[in-house]
Parts: sequence; structure tokens; C-alpha cells
Amino acid sequence: MKKYTYTEKKDTRSGFGAGLSELGKTNPNVVALCADLTGSLKMDAFAKDHPERFFQVGIAEANMIGIAAGLTIGGKIPFTGTFANFSTGRVYDQIRQSVAYSDKNVKICASHAGLTLGEDGATHQILEDLGLMKMLPGMVVINPCDYNQTKAATIAIADHHGPVYLRFGRPTVPNFTPADQKFEIGKAVMLNEGTDVSIFATGHLVWKAIEAGEQLAAQGISAEIINIHTIKPLDNSAVINSAKKTKCVVTAEEHQMNGGLGDSIAQLLARELPTPLEMVAVNDSFGESGTPAQLMTKYGLDAINIVEAAKKVIARKA
Amino acid sequence: MASTAELEKIVTQVRRDIIRMVHAVNSGHPGGSLGCTEYLVALYFDIMKHNPSKFTMDGVGEDLFFLSNGHISPVFYSVLARSGYFPVKELATFRKLNSRLQGHPTTHEHLEGVRMASGSLGQGLSNAIGAALAKKLNKDNSIVYSLHGDGELQEGQIWEAAMYASAKNVDNLIATVDMNGQQIDGSTDKVLNMGSLRAKFEAFGWHVLDLEKGNDMASVVNALNTAKTHTGKGKPVIILMKTEMGNGVDFMMGSHKWHGVAPNDEQLAQALNQNAETLGDY
Ligand SMILES: Cc1ncc(C[n+]2csc(CCOP(=O)(O)OP(=O)(O)O)c2C)c(N)n1
Ligand SMILES: [Mg+2]
Repeated sequence: MKKYTYTEKKDTRSGFGAGLSELGKTNPNVVALCADLTGSLKMDAFAKDHPERFFQVGIAEANMIGIAAGLTIGGKIPFTGTFANFSTGRVYDQIRQSVAYSDKNVKICASHAGLTLGEDGATHQILEDLGLMKMLPGMVVINPCDYNQTKAATIAIADHHGPVYLRFGRPTVPNFTPADQKFEIGKAVMLNEGTDVSIFATGHLVWKAIEAGEQLAAQGISAEIINIHTIKPLDNSAVINSAKKTKCVVTAEEHQMNGGLGDSIAQLLARELPTPLEMVAVNDSFGESGTPAQLMTKYGLDAINIVEAAKKVIARKA
Repeated sequence: MASTAELEKIVTQVRRDIIRMVHAVNSGHPGGSLGCTEYLVALYFDIMKHNPSKFTMDGVGEDLFFLSNGHISPVFYSVLARSGYFPVKELATFRKLNSRLQGHPTTHEHLEGVRMASGSLGQGLSNAIGAALAKKLNKDNSIVYSLHGDGELQEGQIWEAAMYASAKNVDNLIATVDMNGQQIDGSTDKVLNMGSLRAKFEAFGWHVLDLEKGNDMASVVNALNTAKTHTGKGKPVIILMKTEMGNGVDFMMGSHKWHGVAPNDEQLAQALNQNAETLGDY
């Protein structure tokens, strides 16, 4: 198992803030909108450096999405910022009609996704956002794993013409992606080559997949670990090639089983290469209040859950 | 500048187009379309600075229009075609399979003149504000126009947008409300009485203009020109435009029943009789 180290734990939302700041300096067409969560989204630096390009819309997310769509007419590249729940479910129809169907170059940037939002509880912990967004035709859906990758993704999506959903989170997590790693939309990142089982993880579950890989290696199991930072378009060949080699698959994500990464991979494999598959995800349930760590444990999203899923799926191989 | 008589000639033809389009596919929304014909003809043939023969999405240096009440697509399509955005004969494809003239307007099929999909009500004011902000950033001192149904104002997003536009001084925007007093289930007063829209928009910080005769061409042109003089003064501008649903066809006038119903063959003949062919049917 390849050794992964990190010097610091950082939050992915700060990666977004840093990426946005850099875009502010390099791309005069980038504008940003926020619905009263500038600090939480780490958009303060952009707002301070580019007041003329920063739009504080107040607590009015539907209006924010509509304004963002309008701003693209005239060549602006709007980045909207609010919590993942209010970035998707709250404004689904606005995104559907004014952004996706109208093919507008809007970047919907969503923080505090999933259980790791923590104590605020289920009203704020959206676990359905990837599904909602990936169902929209033409929408690109990205869930990077750490600070460096989120920063790189933020910068990369400005150069992609079309609607993008960029999902990140609140807690600090190991920052291990090399700072100079180029972000390629739709291109999976091979973290460890292995032979016994393929683990496809996204977002905060990527580091947990690395920890699981180490535990599995200690037990003599060789896990292939792949970071699927882009849920849509899915890197089909990365999934199929790995599944061909290992003949069994585990998916891991901080999202409902319905509609998430596992669901996309299961759909692909069912069509192209039927393969035993286990999903580490929230199983048709809302979250609740607690610390991020407690919640990840209670809802079965820890490294140990990936290890168990791997052993189970290996046992299912024909 | 077009004369009132010239504009009225176009209005009559557009009314014919609307009736024929919805009759041909036995669907679509004639009522609101007929009531807003003078407004759209005035806008596209007299008021707006625009370039129909060279449509670009960004519309740099042009005035822009957003139809928020997308169900009145027949009048929008007819006016776009008649002003030169796309061939008039394409009106015959309205609501048919593989058409660019979808039931509700969309950019998806690349129809020249359409910059935003609409149909799900309540979104167009936000879109227009966004476009107006982009114009300001680009130092483009053109005007952004939008049209809304009165029933549509029951949507919460309209009021989010209304609050924003005045708080942030979006003063290169002229919104218009089609005050026909009707919506699907009956009169707006019965369905959900909105009280004084003038008082509401004033309270939201807008410059409010009343247009009592929204089906009288000279009055419409005059109101739009007056509205223009109020742009650039720190406040968004709104015209409360009284119209008659179904105007121009006697049996359709003033009733919500013709919001979304097409005429039968006999009714078509009757309606066309009341609107002479002035520019040639498509
Ligand atoms: C969000 C949304 N809800 C409901 C509808 C269905 N609908 C279409 S038109 C309409 C009535 C609109 O009334 P108004 O804005 O006054 O337009 P008018 O009937 O006068 O043309 C309704 C309810 C819709 N298109 N969008
Ligand atoms: Mg009405």
C-alpha cells in the first residue's frame, strides 16, 4: 500500500475560498454571490478584494440563483455560495430552469454538505444533493476530497463552460493531495493500485478509504483505491478497468445510497460489467445532531465500515 | 421611430399569428398573449435598441427583454419573428415535435431572441436583475426589460428580487406587470388578493408607474418612454400595466377562461375576422 502523509488538516471550504480568491486575481469575468454566509463559505477575501464583483443577496437563495443565471448574459462567470442544502433542494426549480435547461455558465458552490456539518442537525445536513444535481441534464457534479483538491477544482471549473455543482464541507480533514496536482474534470485519481478489491470513494470518504486500505493491507488484502472527485461525468473507463482487474467493488461517500456515487457506479457496472458491489453510504435516513466524528461512526461512514464492506464483497466474488 | 398607425398594423397581424398558432395545435395560451400584444410590439418595434438580424446571447450594447410569464410564448414568438429574429414561417412549428418554438420559451433549441427559459413562474425578475448587473459591470448603459403576470407576483421569489433591486440600486431595469386581473382559477382578487401593488412596490423602493390603457398603443409607447426617463436614478422602475386578457377578440376578452384554451375552427374564423391580415400570414 502506497504511503500517504499530510502535514496539516484543513477544511475543504477554505480550499474553495482560496481558489476563488485566486480566480479573482486571474479572471476578471469571475463574479461571486452569497446568501448571508460569506464567512462560512470562506468568500470574505474575494468580497474584500473585489467588492464590485461580489454580490451579497441576503437570505434569498432562489433570487441568488436567478441573478447568477442573468449575470452570465454579458459574459460573467458567477460562483454562488451557500450551504449545500440551500444550494440544491431549496432552489431546485431555479437551477433546473434558469441554469441547467438554459445552459448557463453558473458554478453552484456548496459548503457544509453531509453529516460532517455536525451539531446543526438534519435540517442542514443534506445527503441528497449529489443525486439532485446529477439528475439534471448537462450538470457537472464535483466532490473533491481535501483542501488542495478543492482549491484546484474551484480554479478548474472557471474554465469549463456550463453549469457545475461543486460540493465541499465544514470539518478539517487531512490535506494530502499535492498542491500542484492539476484538476481534471471527469478524470479519476488512482491513489493505490491493488488486485483484490476496488474502492471508489469521493469527498471526505477518500481519506477514510486510504485508512481502510492500510488496514486491509495489514490483513494481506490488496485494495485498489480510486478518488472519484467527479460524480458526473463519471470516469467510466477508470471504473470498468479497475473492476475488471479486482472483480469486486466498494463505493464510499457521505451521501444517501440512493442517488449518490455508489448508485452511479452500480448503474454503470450493471450495464457494462456486472460485478459484486457494496456501498458505504447513508441508508435511507436523515442525520441528527452530534460531532462530525460521532455522526460518521453512527451512520457507518468510517474506515472500518469500508474494511468490512471490502471483506464482504471479496467473499461474494464468484 | 415607428408611427402609432404602423405599430397598430403589426399588432393586428401578431394577434392573427397568436390565434392561428394556438388553434393549429389546439393548445397554448391566447388570453395573456393577446392582452400583451401592444406592449411587446411597442418594445420590439419602437422602444428597444436591439439587433434582430445578428442575435448574440450576450447582447452587448443592446437592450434586453426577459419574458418571465413564459406561457404567453405565442405573442413573444410572433413578435420575435416579425421583428426579424427568425423566419416567420417557423411560427407554424409552434408546440410541434422537433420545433425550436417550445410550449414555453427556451434557449435549449437555440431560438434567436430567447436568452432564458421561462415557464416555471417567478424567476424572470431575478434573471433580469442579473443581466442588468452584468450590464453595469460591462459599463454598457443599455436597459433591461422584463414582463410578469399579475398572478405570477404571488411567487415569493418575485419579492426577493424586488427587495434586492432597490437595495442594490438596479436602476437600469424596467419591469412591467400585465395587470389583467386574471389567473388560471379565476380573478386574481378571488384567488389571492394582492392588495395595492403600487403600495407594495413603493414600499419595496421601486419607482412605480401606472399604465391605465395597456391595450392602447399610444399610451403604451408613452408609458415606456416615460419609464426610460426614470432609469439611471438609483431606483428600479416598474410599470403596472392594465390590460384585458384576450384583447382584440371579443369573445375572449376579460375572462380567465381563455388563459390557456385554444379556439375551435368556428371561433378561429370569428377571431380572424376581427383582426385583418396586415403583413401577410405565416
Ligand atoms: C411555478 C409555477 N406554478 C404554477 C404554474 C402554472 N401556471 C401557469 S400560468 C398560471 C397563471 C398565471 O397567472 P398570470 O401570471 O396572471 O398570467 P395570465 O393568466 O394572466 O396570463 C399558472 C398558475 C407555473 N407555470 N409555474
Ligand atoms: Mg394575469
